[in-house]
Amino acid sequence: MPRLAQCQALLAVVLASAAAMVSTSAPAQDRLGERAAMVETIKGHARSAPSAVEGQGIDPAVLETMGKVPRHLFVPEEQRGAAYRDRPLPIGYGQTISQPFIVALMTDLINVGPGDVVLEIGTGSGYQAAVLSPFAAKVYSIEIIPELGERAAARLAELRFDNVEVKVGDGYYGWPAHAPFDGIVVTAAASHIPPPLVEQLAKGGRMVVPVGGPFATQFLMLVEKRRDGSITTRQLLPVAFVPLTGGRAR
Amino acid sequence: MRAGRLLPIGLISAATLAHEVLLIRLFSIIQWHHFAYMMISIALLGFGASGTFVALARRPLVERYPAVFAASAALFGIAAVASFACAERLPFNALEIVWNPRQLGWLAAIYALLILPFFFGATCIGLAFCRHPGQIGRVYAFDLVGAGVGALGIVGLLFLVFPDTALRFVAALGFVAAALAATGMARHRWFAAGSLGLAAAVIMVWLPPSWTAPGPHMSQYKGLRMALEVPNARVVEERSSPLGLLTVVESPTVPFRHAPGLSLANTQEPPVQLAVFTDGDGITAITAYGGDPATVAYLDRTTAALPYRILERPRMLILGAGGGEQVLLALRAGADIVDVVEVNPQMIDLARNRFADFVGGIFSRPNVHLRLAEARAFAATTGERYDLIQMPLLDSFSAAAGGVQSMHENYTYTVEALRDYLAVLRPDGVVAITRWLRVPPRDILKLFATAAVALEANGVAQPGRHLVLIRSWNTATLLVAKSPFTGEDVAATRGFAAENFFDISWAPGISASDVNRYNQLDQEYLYEGALALLGPDRADFTERYKFDIAPATDNRPYFFDFFRWRALPELLTLRTQGGAAMLDWGYLILVTTLVQAATLSAVLILLPLWLRRRALGRAVHGLRFGLYFLALGLAFLFIEIAFIQRFVLFLGHPLYAVAVVLAGFLAFAGLGSAMAARWMAAVGGGSPVRGIALAVVVIAFLAAMYLLALPLIFERLLALPDAAKIAITLLLIAPLAVFMGMPLPLGLGYVGARSDEFIPWAWGINGCASVLGAILAALLAMHAGFTGVVTIATILYLVAPALLAGVSDRDRNPSPTA
Repeated sequence: MPRLAQCQALLAVVLASAAAMVSTSAPAQDRLGERAAMVETIKGHARSAPSAVEGQGIDPAVLETMGKVPRHLFVPEEQRGAAYRDRPLPIGYGQTISQPFIVALMTDLINVGPGDVVLEIGTGSGYQAAVLSPFAAKVYSIEIIPELGERAAARLAELRFDNVEVKVGDGYYGWPAHAPFDGIVVTAAASHIPPPLVEQLAKGGRMVVPVGGPFATQFLMLVEKRRDGSITTRQLLPVAFVPLTGGRAR
Repeated sequence: MRAGRLLPIGLISAATLAHEVLLIRLFSIIQWHHFAYMMISIALLGFGASGTFVALARRPLVERYPAVFAASAALFGIAAVASFACAERLPFNALEIVWNPRQLGWLAAIYALLILPFFFGATCIGLAFCRHPGQIGRVYAFDLVGAGVGALGIVGLLFLVFPDTALRFVAALGFVAAALAATGMARHRWFAAGSLGLAAAVIMVWLPPSWTAPGPHMSQYKGLRMALEVPNARVVEERSSPLGLLTVVESPTVPFRHAPGLSLANTQEPPVQLAVFTDGDGITAITAYGGDPATVAYLDRTTAALPYRILERPRMLILGAGGGEQVLLALRAGADIVDVVEVNPQMIDLARNRFADFVGGIFSRPNVHLRLAEARAFAATTGERYDLIQMPLLDSFSAAAGGVQSMHENYTYTVEALRDYLAVLRPDGVVAITRWLRVPPRDILKLFATAAVALEANGVAQPGRHLVLIRSWNTATLLVAKSPFTGEDVAATRGFAAENFFDISWAPGISASDVNRYNQLDQEYLYEGALALLGPDRADFTERYKFDIAPATDNRPYFFDFFRWRALPELLTLRTQGGAAMLDWGYLILVTTLVQAATLSAVLILLPLWLRRRALGRAVHGLRFGLYFLALGLAFLFIEIAFIQRFVLFLGHPLYAVAVVLAGFLAFAGLGSAMAARWMAAVGGGSPVRGIALAVVVIAFLAAMYLLALPLIFERLLALPDAAKIAITLLLIAPLAVFMGMPLPLGLGYVGARSDEFIPWAWGINGCASVLGAILAALLAMHAGFTGVVTIATILYLVAPALLAGVSDRDRNPSPTA
């Protein structure tokens, strides 16, 4: 009997570890093929958006990360089938999860390095924070709608994106306790850039703001704070579109 | 026959037209106006469908006329409420169409539901024509006058009640028509009439408001819905009128802080604000003000503040009050006199009365005068002269970005408009216009081109010396000066731009090294555009630009129409990479609506023709008759719509234009219809074709005269009081409309005498043609201007009688074959 008990105990341990492995690694393994196809689509789009990728193409590390993050777990149940199509999807409360191509562009533009601290205004589903997570030392994210913020926080914790911290609140004032930030992503629509965010952007830091309505990103705005503290912006189209035909553009 | 027997026709016609106006209102709240327009245009094909239905089942229906009329009118009443209640609950998301073709299925379901009330309403009228073939002129007169009363009535009603309440009135009116019709039934008449009357009362009083309230079903992507998702945000006031639903929201936990165009150098947080949403979108802020100008110092750091660096204590005019942001800026800048014009009376009431304390009574100050007027009409009639005219940014970024305004005429930004504004400036005065900056630029370049042409028309040889253009990352402000800008002005502009990280895209003496410094575009299209538009390359640049940036004129006042067919394939190919966001949807939706309506109309017209081909006699007659009613429907709508659009300027308000011109056309055409038989007897010698031919000659003569005379009449009489202008409008419309009311009843009588099978079919064709005509008129006006639309209508009228005459020559002794 002791032998049997030992076997049972061993079996229990094995099963428990297997269950633990499933709970942590299954999402990453799940729908790998679809994610790989999504990454290929993004690469294709990026080739025709020389302005937004600053002529370099999207950083392979960004693409690799997007090939790993299980986007289907960030969208509502009824949208999971379309999770890896290169399109924005509704997540409720009038919010969307951005098109993967735009997420890739924004992550590439913000250009986060090891040790950097990033602030995100507008957590939404938490997907952008998850994609930023491997590149940054810490990602702080603020969501205005409590239900979305709480859900995203739980999801990110469950998927072990441990360096992402989410809080529900007003993004206007940024997160002074953790400032300055090397990168800031403002996904929440605003008529102007809140001064506290400009203030909390580190010198040499970058802020990215997608501009447009739901389901339609018009352009990406890149705000750069120079070493001398002056601010410049760049408007980057996610596509190569030249408004003048023929002739010469002077 | 007593007129009382025809009264139900007038009532159901009034209810049907009122329902049309109401649905556009309701779906503009739930969705967006251009989608509402498309849905309701297609739903109006219910008229055509009813023609088919009556044509196929005419005999049994006509035999039981009073009962069928009553049933159909009652079904209208039920469908008016039920179809809307169901349609608003469907999960259609217009914004997702580009990404998800399944949305088209929901759109089709909405069409199918909304078509029902129009089908039942039109069935009543089509049946009435079949029941009274000898009284077609009178039936049509009741139909038209009813529609005119319905148009005026619903506009009035929408000032008094919210649209969902108005829907109950419209449904009840259907039941009242049904009850009246039931009194003509052979049996059980009083029981039927009594129960239908009771149903009308029940709908008015008992119907639960939640069934038809649009609010809960508003798209979750509209600004209002998103604002209300924020904790503790709540609606504090709601006002409804035909001009829109104004919803005032307060958000104490997360304030709105609406300040478009604010500099990145600004450090001040805007004070507490209330947000005003129009039809659930397009936020305008009402900013709290306690009298201390320092609390709104941030406004100095918007692009719209530039003119105050050039002008001291200006006497100024603001075109569009909104929530009063520009008034605050003017007061802060020490403006001398501030005249403000606002087109929406309810917005005035909110800013001046309801929230007077909140805004610190700024609209009641002795030097601030808030007036209810349309910008152009005010500028043309005011005796004042100004140093500064501010045209603030009042539309939402998403509305501007989606190009949803492109199908609306707008007289604020035409060449003639700018000349009117320049005319009321003092010698050193400036017009300042602020717009959203879109990438690639469109509005700003068109505005720049418009200003250059307006200045040239005023005899300015070098317009570039009168223009300054600056931009932030999301707005641009254009200054147009009556006299050339001085070196000091340019220096002040440079200082202002540098302090605020704004870029100068044009100023006299600027060079390529001055531009694209702080807010960098891939290429400085604004500066390059300005250079090209001011030099010999203007035509070439305008032609080569992928968006339409040619100046708008009063004849073609579509400032917001930037669409060019040749950019479409490229933008569609790139649609998932931002191409869709660059498309101007207003124009595309008009075109897709036309394609859908034409396809469905073809089915509705050709189907009964084919099914009844034997009864209808030789197909060639059917075709020619069909074309006759098609031409009439198109021509009537072309003239009606061109006149509505043209009279916006004269009557000073789009609402007056729609109400007065539409009601005038319908009522006087109704009168013409009632007089048609007498006209035919007296002038046409008893021949309908001759009667029609003479009527269309008069129409053509009057239309040509109006084309020449209207601009002159408008110019001379614009300063008259509103009541006088409304009376003049009706007087001008009357003769034309009376004759436009004749060809349809005379034609119906003519073909009806050959085969009464034709009557419902012709009615259906005319219904389809009216739908197509309305859409085509809007499209043609964008391309050919009003002159083009009226000219085409005149040609259609002149061709129409020939279509009947040809039949008459070959077939002298017709006998009904039905």
